[in-house]
Amino acid sequence: MKDKRSYDNHLGIVGWLGGGRWGIERYLYTLHRVTGVGILLFFIIHIFESSLRILGRETWDAVMEVMTNPIFKAGEILVFAAFAFHALNGIRLIFIELGLAVGKAEDPIYPYRSSINTQRSLMIVTMILSALLMIAGGYDLIFLGH
Amino acid sequence: METENQQKRNIIFHIRRFDPELDEVPRWQKFTVSVEPGMTVLDGLHHIKETQDASLSWRYSCRMGVCGSCAMLINGIPTLACNTQIMDVTSQKLTLAALPNFDIIRDLVPDLTPMFRDHVSIQPYIQRDDNKEMENPTREFFQTHDELEEYLQFTYCIKCGCCAAACPTMAADRKYMGPMPLAQAYRYNKDSRDGGQKDRNDVITASHGVFSCHYAGECSNVCPKGVDPARAIQHMKKDLVLGYLRLRKDKKPCQVVGIPTGESKPAIAAPEHTVK
Repeated sequence: MKDKRSYDNHLGIVGWLGGGRWGIERYLYTLHRVTGVGILLFFIIHIFESSLRILGRETWDAVMEVMTNPIFKAGEILVFAAFAFHALNGIRLIFIELGLAVGKAEDPIYPYRSSINTQRSLMIVTMILSALLMIAGGYDLIFLGH
Repeated sequence: METENQQKRNIIFHIRRFDPELDEVPRWQKFTVSVEPGMTVLDGLHHIKETQDASLSWRYSCRMGVCGSCAMLINGIPTLACNTQIMDVTSQKLTLAALPNFDIIRDLVPDLTPMFRDHVSIQPYIQRDDNKEMENPTREFFQTHDELEEYLQFTYCIKCGCCAAACPTMAADRKYMGPMPLAQAYRYNKDSRDGGQKDRNDVITASHGVFSCHYAGECSNVCPKGVDPARAIQHMKKDLVLGYLRLRKDKKPCQVVGIPTGESKPAIAAPEHTVK
């Protein structure tokens, strides 16, 4: 029964960011979503750009000319970084969601140790691998110009 | 006496208040409380209500971390007011607000109805076909210690709502069931006495159910009872996937223990006295 009006206190998407007092896994959760949307956006633009070939050589050459703009180069680097993080963090989540890194149920004895502590080493390994992949990809894109 | 006074400290309580009859949006109000070591946030709220503002509202009952009524956002972390000593969390300023991701009824009182509605939907009780034995039990059910350990951790839940307040999926998805009901579904699914998994799984695998969790892990970080809902949810996903791929046999509820035969087992010899 609702006799009086109540105040809607849902945090919405702002709740993803928290107030700086949350654990690192929460920020990985947010970053995973943001990079996922970023990669999807890239795919849409990429398919649109590739499909312009159908309009003939002149249009395609014009599009390629636009793509030499440094903004697109920076975007390419960002997309690769997003891919490196999203892929490695996704592998971590697959392990976790198959119950492989969260440990068995245990007696809650204070100070409590949770599954967050159990999966922490997996998180560190995947994030290091993700950083190495970003460095390798960044080096390739910036210095080797591929 | 002098030492006691030296240990006392004035702490400013910033409380997010909301009166449904007067306010459109919540407002912040300051109260200064003389705090001494050992005083909990709940004690501080009582002090304000008794000496400064009788209209201040919050929910509480047991005062010892058992009932789960006094959960609120204390310095940005959802936790129990009765379990938090003021001087452990601040030396100057304390911010208190109602649990987020629920409607506010008044001041620090959240409306937990949606959480309990989802809790009811997962049928949080033992379900078996042998109604006769359930209604008029003759003997206890046979359950090993290992079977008990599989779900015991999740039975300590006090339904305070801290997990839901901390969950980022709850923040953006109003229909998401939330960590508490899902962890409780796992608690009953894993109970060897129970046979209601199918009905329960139909509810939790629907949209906004168990697969909306993406392991931010915040529910387990804030749980005041160490229940670890995130662990329960991940194990439940594993069980559901293995069940879907038919890599896991359906569990049959355990039976009652055998009828006592009246024969006594050989006595175990008492250990020798360590002091002669």
